[in-house]
Parts: sequence; C-alpha cells; structure tokens
Amino acid sequence: MIDMRKIRKVYSTGRIEVEALRGIDLIIGENEFVAVMGPSGSGKSTLMNLIGCLDTPSSGEYFLEGQKVESLSPNELAEIRNKKVGFVFQNFNLLPYATAFENVEVPLIFGGVASRKRRKRAMEFLDRVGLGDRADHKPAELSGGEMQRVAIARALVNQPRLVLADEPTGNLDTGSGKEIINLFEELGKQGHTVVVITHDHGIAERTHRIIKLRDGMIVDGNGSG
Amino acid sequence: MKGLLIFRLFLRDLKKQRKRITLTLMAIVWGTISIVMLLAFGEGLKRSLNKAQHGLGKDIVVMWGGQTSIPFQGMGKGRRIRFVDEDVEFLKKKVPEIEAAGAEYNRWGVSITYKKNTVSERVNGVYPSYEEMRAHYPQRGGRFINRLDMEYKRRVVFLGHKLKDRLFGNEDAVGKTIILNDVPFTVIGVMTEKMQMGMYNGPDWDKATIPATTFKTIWGYKYVQNIVYQPRDAAQIEEVKKKVSKVMGAKYKFDPEDKEALWLWDVIEGQKTFNKVLVGFQIFLGVIGGMTLLIAGVGVANIMYVAVKERTREIGIKMAMGAKRLHIMTQFLLESLIITILGGVLGVFFCVVIVKIWAAIPLEADWAQWLGKPVISLEIAVTTSLILGIIGMLSGIFPSRKAASVDPVESLRYE
Repeated sequence: MIDMRKIRKVYSTGRIEVEALRGIDLIIGENEFVAVMGPSGSGKSTLMNLIGCLDTPSSGEYFLEGQKVESLSPNELAEIRNKKVGFVFQNFNLLPYATAFENVEVPLIFGGVASRKRRKRAMEFLDRVGLGDRADHKPAELSGGEMQRVAIARALVNQPRLVLADEPTGNLDTGSGKEIINLFEELGKQGHTVVVITHDHGIAERTHRIIKLRDGMIVDGNGSG
Repeated sequence: MKGLLIFRLFLRDLKKQRKRITLTLMAIVWGTISIVMLLAFGEGLKRSLNKAQHGLGKDIVVMWGGQTSIPFQGMGKGRRIRFVDEDVEFLKKKVPEIEAAGAEYNRWGVSITYKKNTVSERVNGVYPSYEEMRAHYPQRGGRFINRLDMEYKRRVVFLGHKLKDRLFGNEDAVGKTIILNDVPFTVIGVMTEKMQMGMYNGPDWDKATIPATTFKTIWGYKYVQNIVYQPRDAAQIEEVKKKVSKVMGAKYKFDPEDKEALWLWDVIEGQKTFNKVLVGFQIFLGVIGGMTLLIAGVGVANIMYVAVKERTREIGIKMAMGAKRLHIMTQFLLESLIITILGGVLGVFFCVVIVKIWAAIPLEADWAQWLGKPVISLEIAVTTSLILGIIGMLSGIFPSRKAASVDPVESLRYE
C-alpha cells in the first residue's frame, strides 16, 4: 500500500534549513492498522502529510498503491487525495458554515459525483457513523465526538483505501475517544489501511504495529507487522 | 449544492465584512452609473446631432456652377457656368439614378412685413421637392408649396418657424397675408421646428420660402442659385456625381473633371465623418466610465484578497479533501462576479430611473434640445455588461490565484 524509500524532507525557513525527515524507509501493507508515535518535533505530521500526498518529499521515492507520487502535479495530487486518501484531523477541520451533511458531501463534490448519488452516499456514510439524525446541524451545534465522527464520515465517503488520522482523539474526552478508536478498528477490518498518529499508548496498543519516530528517523516498528 | 454553498459563503462573508462589501458595492454601482450614463448621454447627443444633421436634408447633393479652370473644346478657362430652371428636368431625364431634384433662387435683405412688424430676411424660391429633400415639413394645419403653386405662380409663402415667431409671435400665421417688398403673399404653412447643423445660406428657420416660379416672375432672375438633388441610392452617390458632371459638362461645355466649373457638395460624406467623430466621442466617454468602474474593481479585488486570507484554513481543508486549483479558484471568482454583477444590476437600475426621470422633464431650452435625451441602447447594455464581466473576472482572478497557490500543509497549521 505504502512504500517509502529514503524519504527526506527539508523545510527552509529563511536562512535556516530544518531537516524534518532524514531518510525514511517505510512499508505499510494493505489492511494494516498502524500507529505512529514519537515526541513532538520528531516529524510525525510531516510524515503524515507526505503519506497523504498533501506534500511532496525533498528527495526519495514514494509509491502509493504502486503509483509513483513525488513527481505528480498539484492537480494530480489533489485527485489522489480525493480518491485514495481520507484525512481525519485533531481539530476536526470541518467547514463551520456548512451542515454535517454538507461537510460529508465536500469530497464527493470535488470528486465530481452527480448530485443525486452524492446525497444518497453522504447520507449513507453519516448513518454509518451514527449521525443520520444530526445531518442538518452545523459543527457548532455538535459535540466534539460528533464532530469527529462527521469528519470520519467525510474521510470515508469517497471510499479511500487509506485513512490517515492525526491525533484524532486529542481533543476528545476519553469516552468519545474510545468510540472513535472503535470506529477506526472497524475500518481496518473493513479493508481500509489506517494510519493513526497518537500520543496515547492505550490507542497504540490496539493497532497492529507501532512505528516510533525520533528526530526524523524511524527508530522502531519498521519490521513487517 | 455547490452553487448553494458558494452563495452561503458569500452571505457569510457579507455579514462578516458588511461595511467593506457595502462600500465596494457602492463603488461598483457608481462606476456602472457613470459608464452607463456617459454612454446614454453620448447616445442621446448622437441622436439629436444626427437629427440636426438631417435638418438640412438626408442624402442630398447641392450643386452650383463656378468658373472653368481647364480649357475645353477650344474655349479658354475662366468661363462662368450658371444653371437655369430647365436644368432640373434635364438632369432628372439624363440621370435616372436621381430620385428627386429641385432648384432654388435666393434673395437677401427682403423686407417682410406683417402688420407693424417688419424684418429684413432672406426669401427663397424653391421647388415642391424641397419639402422632402430639404426637410421643409409643415406644422399642423399648414402645407408646403405644391405643384399648382408652381404652375400658377401663386403668391404663397412658407415660413421658417423662428421667422414666424418674429413676425406673428403667438398668433396663428396660416391664412394671413404678409408683404414681401410691397408684394402681398398668403402664408400657407409654417415649418416644423427642426434642428439644423449643416447649412448653406443660413438656417432654414429664418427663411421665407415661395414657389420658384413666383420668385422668378417678381425678381426676374435668369439663373438659379443652386440645384439640389437626391440619388435613389445613397451608396451610389459618387457614381451619380460623375454622371452629373458628364451630363452637365456636355450641356455647358466644360471638362467633367473640372472641379471648379461644377461644385458638388454632398451631405453624405459630412454625415459619415460626423458619425465617426460621434462614435469616437462615445468611445471616449465609455473609457472614462470604464476607468471609474476599474477603480471599483480594485476594491473588489481588495475584498477578495482579505477573503482569501481569512479562509486560508478552509482552503487547506478543501485541498486535503481533494479540491483542485479550479475548485478553489471558482469560488473566489464567483464571489467577485456576484459582487460585480449585483453592483452592475443596481447601477443599471438607477440609470433606467434617471433616464425615465430625465425623459419626463420637459426641457425647452436650446441646450437641452441639442443635448438630447439620454438613451440606453442595446449596444450600451451589451458594452456595459461586457465591461462589468471583465472587471469582475479581473478582480477575482488575482485573489483566486493566490487562493489556489495556498500550501495545504501550511494552511492546515494556520489558526
């Protein structure tokens, strides 16, 4: 599913160059449920952005489902994000002016799905995360757990093979966090590849494999799961 | 759905930046008003001046004899060429492309008297064809000189409307008797008020017009002052002119190429030049209006830049969800178009109101006559929409490009 070879990522802020990733070799297979851990500044988010094709590496090779990614144009990357990747963020990143239903529709709009099909699909996924009855609520009218579930419905609505979650439970109380993790576990069983960045060992324990990052390098967990 | 979302975004923005958007909207409205009104007044002016152009007559040629400047068939130069009455029929017979023709005699300083009013003015002796050709249309209750007046050399007179006012004031003139140099004439009609720009021998509104035959009898003129003719097809005016030169040259023995023997002055060429000037003038007005609108467009662009900045995070979210450049750009382009079009529609609405009000005000003053009434023509509507559209696009395209170049990684970090 994910095949990274000698990935480096250098940010240059003014004169100073920061090497966020220093030679990552990473293979994640299909249907894997993987946790990425590491102290802040270790390059977790950078790795996540690269995996999700939000960003391209400074050097190295990245194959996503066998497709070489690092040389693609912004529009081609957008296409991949739309079709193959679902993002879940710590702070949900829902559109505040749109209803839960409309938020779930967003990826379908960019994917060019026809309106009737789109509505049916958005509703179906909202039902799947148990929020069918909250479709017309705006994010401000939902609880944290509910917002994250909307975000998950949104991440899944285009049926991507890969789901990336960056601290998905970081802003949630324990109860809601558990529900979210249960959902992710479910997804792994349904044939999605799930990568979760987390600080929470409790969550990490439940994944198939824990990848530990430090100073832009993988220090543990790169053996086959 | 997508359209609806964009509209909602726009409304949200409207609430957030109410003052800024209102001001920009006003700028667009003002820009639209200035461009449309400038063009509308230009169009009104064009039409009134066009009418004034036709005050002399539409598509007519005025011809008169001069002196030969080229020796011809053994005769030296410097011979006078003068035309007579019979040349009118001669010309019509020899040049079938001529639709109508007529001749005129002219006398200056004739004392014209009605009761105690006496003025010194010109008297014209003309053919009935002048009614159509030279736009001598009678006011209600009157008529122009006709064939019988000519045939019987009647002592009837047709007055220019200003001359009538000077002689009669508010009194009715038709049927009254006036004296032209001791000879009594009956007034048969008064000319409809008209604007006249091109002229020879002064404006028609100050003239007293009588039948050419009567004129000849009283003053005994042998030669006509000039002959006026109208070609059947205005496009053929040059060919007809050549033919006229040939025919008259053959009759009066002068070289058809001799420009000084036969003078031919047509209003068509003048009308063409004049129309070009007017179109140029309108373009000039349009450019001024366009500039005003352009400044308003800068305001729209400014607002959109602010919107891009405020929505950086949202743009990042959308990019993460797979939005392409075009998706991001469309939103901002549409928003700036919404503002521009909204302002444009409001502006045009105000213009229609202004034009309606202007049309309803009865303006009798001379300047108002010449300025004409502002007119919003189809061309103006199309031009304005086009300019508005272009400005809307332009003011949207730069901010939207900025939006599309947002780095998703950065923007998702952006709070």
